[in-house]
Amino acid sequence: MTERAATLSWGRYPRTRQTLFRYHDRHATLPATEYPLLPYGNGRSYGDSCLNDGGVLLHTRGLDRFIAFDAVTGVMRCEAGVLLAEILALVVPQGWFLMVTPGTQFVTLGGAIANDVHGKNHHRAGTFGAHVRCFELLRSDGSRLRCSPTENTDWFAATVGGLGLTGLIVWAEIQLRRIANPWIASETIRFGGLDEFFAVSADSDDDYEYTVAWLDCASRGAALGRGLFMRGNHAPALCATQPRAPTGRLSVPFAPPCSLINSWSLKTFNTLYYHRQRTRITRAIAHYAPFFYPLDSLLAWNRIYGRHGFLQYQCAIPGAQGHAATRELLERIAHSGMGSFLAVLKIFGAIPAVGWLSFPRPGVTLALDFPNQGPATFRLLESLDAVVATAGGAVYPAKDARMSALRFREFFPQWPHFRAYIDPRFSSSFWRRVMEE
Amino acid sequence: MRKVLIVGATSAIAEAVARLLAARGDFLYLVGRRAEMLEAIAADLRIRGAARVQTETLDINTIEHHAALLDHAAAALGGLDTVLVAHGTLSEQAACQQSVALTFQELHTNALSVIALLTLVANRFESQRAGTIVVISSVAGDRGRQSNYVYGTAKAAVSSFLSGLRQRLHQAGVRVLTIKPGFVDTPMTRDFAKNPLWAKPERVASDIVRAMEKGKDVVYTPGFWRPVMWIIKSIPERIFKSLSFL
Ligand SMILES: Cc1cc2nc3c(=O)[nH]c(=O)nc-3n(C[C@H](O)[C@H](O)[C@H](O)COP(=O)(O)OP(=O)(O)OC[C@H]3O[C@@H](n4cnc5c(N)ncnc54)[C@H](O)[C@@H]3O)c2cc1C
Ligand SMILES: NC(=O)c1ccc[n+]([C@@H]2O[C@H](COP(=O)([O-])OP(=O)(O)OC[C@H]3O[C@@H](n4cnc5c(N)ncnc54)[C@H](OP(=O)(O)O)[C@@H]3O)[C@@H](O)[C@H]2O)c1
Repeated sequence: MTERAATLSWGRYPRTRQTLFRYHDRHATLPATEYPLLPYGNGRSYGDSCLNDGGVLLHTRGLDRFIAFDAVTGVMRCEAGVLLAEILALVVPQGWFLMVTPGTQFVTLGGAIANDVHGKNHHRAGTFGAHVRCFELLRSDGSRLRCSPTENTDWFAATVGGLGLTGLIVWAEIQLRRIANPWIASETIRFGGLDEFFAVSADSDDDYEYTVAWLDCASRGAALGRGLFMRGNHAPALCATQPRAPTGRLSVPFAPPCSLINSWSLKTFNTLYYHRQRTRITRAIAHYAPFFYPLDSLLAWNRIYGRHGFLQYQCAIPGAQGHAATRELLERIAHSGMGSFLAVLKIFGAIPAVGWLSFPRPGVTLALDFPNQGPATFRLLESLDAVVATAGGAVYPAKDARMSALRFREFFPQWPHFRAYIDPRFSSSFWRRVMEE
Repeated sequence: MRKVLIVGATSAIAEAVARLLAARGDFLYLVGRRAEMLEAIAADLRIRGAARVQTETLDINTIEHHAALLDHAAAALGGLDTVLVAHGTLSEQAACQQSVALTFQELHTNALSVIALLTLVANRFESQRAGTIVVISSVAGDRGRQSNYVYGTAKAAVSSFLSGLRQRLHQAGVRVLTIKPGFVDTPMTRDFAKNPLWAKPERVASDIVRAMEKGKDVVYTPGFWRPVMWIIKSIPERIFKSLSFL
């Protein structure tokens, strides 16, 4: 275990160094070392929740074996390092799909559980953890706990959304959903502002499995909060058009010295994107890959932000506060001139998350990314934290590299309860930051 | 559908090859020392499409078991048409220099066990007048270097043996494929510092399967190692001996 490397998370910020321990054999024990351990999936978290500066990262991608798949019931058991993309490649041709998928298929099963990830169907299906039937948790005392909604239930609730701190998930079993084909019947609706977004959303959530909106956040004044609302359902068996899976993939070869995302390119992109749709509604049958994973076709797109990386910001704001707080957030962002390239807005449903530390809660969620321009960016994000805190919301740890310890404790008041379940030999850069006194 | 015996089936490279074979619906017989790992790999390969997968736990250095191994594999798969030999160890050169026993053990695992097994396989395939023998040798066998010449010696013996075997079996319609990987990122090389010359086992595996399909003889993987090794082989010994970085 002498391999040392500078590992990056998806936001390419912060830069940390840790020793890598690569898992291949799920029967193997945890490495003997005095340094703190942290599981690492595929590094698709943006901030420092998958990093462990000065410690050891337990690389799980080598745990990539299927263990059992029942093509009749759709129950899949596999090792924790299997990518969701690998599961889909196997099960879609057999008529199955994930119950919940995040916006990239390049995440591991273990990572999806540890962040209790959500997808475009949160209002229908809840979080990823709701469909986890059981998993095995390897603790540093050598014990292997089988956790499920009925066995070791406290460990189950601590580990789902538990940020990799309770031990190593070695394998997990999930329930899949039936599909007739790989296509999605989708609609894109242009909306002129936040009021319209909330109206279209309320109108769609009963009839559409998947809903999400892209927001033009370079616009101010009357155009503030305009965007495109996307909704869709799995296509019926007798689907008229049958689009092919996309093939070619481009890759950003290296990180340019400075960000290609600046106020000019932002404004241009956002305006063009908003106006690319001429009519209010367009309909299409899409392959599931471009519908769920539009960014996956541009590999290593995170490099366009340049060497300093970027910061994601995703917050959730409960109930009645949502509308006003979202407006306030968008105004602050527009005012700062540091608009986001990709801004996403979605209504979370009422199904409670399984994990104690799970992020999703009923209300509205807003996700944005900002090139790292140093202190100005951090100041802006802190001012957004204040809005979120006042509205009783929370910021998503999977996408965070900077929230203060104070804010974290406001957003996740259940943390003292969770802390008792952290494995004594596990820690992360994120956790040390938010536990600072 | 091929009926394939894989020796050293728990190797990262072999497992990646087995996944490609499984996706074609092949029949597989997996051999290695770690029973739990073999079972985990077998279950995975069944889900990935292998028509039949069976395992056998065996230390391939126990040469007296080779004949039985081939019988078991042929019985389990209903015949045998391909053998992939992928096992290997890479002990530290410095440790080998201090121990004749370790040096002999390296030669036994990486060369003698391979030669012993292939002697039986060759006769079997020659009499059935069909079959493919695929063996993972190494670029390390192309020229002895101070950093790993014990391992390199074993791989050189294997490469030479295969070259002779290929000529002998050509008439019988039996194919012999020598695979020479460069640096591959696997558990064997866990402690090495990696650079862009290092390949992933998946890449090496797809080269191996393509070479099997095309009926190649000697394959360097990734391909750039062929010219690199050609240059290394053509440096005169008088100069080579003073090149400490190689
Ligand atoms: C383009 C893009 C779109 C995204 N869209 C969404 C979205 O729509 N919804 C959403 O919720 N998220 C989204 N994300 C975030 C991403 O889904 C999560 O960060 C996910 O957890 C990353 O998984 P990973 O396998 O890369 O894990 P990593 O990022 O490597 O690790 C994530 C966490 O899981 C822990 N972990 C990993 N493996 C294990 C294990 N075996 N046992 C225990 N703990 C483990 C780590 O310690 C860490 O705390 C998106 C990310 C990207 C890049
Ligand atoms: N990695 C490289 O850079 C590289 C380069 C050139 C060539 N190669 C060659 O590629 C082949 C595969 O290696 P790899 O890189 O995939 O390494 P690996 O993952 O370490 O695999 C080596 C395998 O050999 C098996 N093995 C060792 N001794 C054995 C024995 N006595 N009996 C049965 N099995 C035995 C081990 O299986 P068990 O532990 O289950 O017994 C192990 O899984 C080897 O021949 C190696 O020399 C590798």
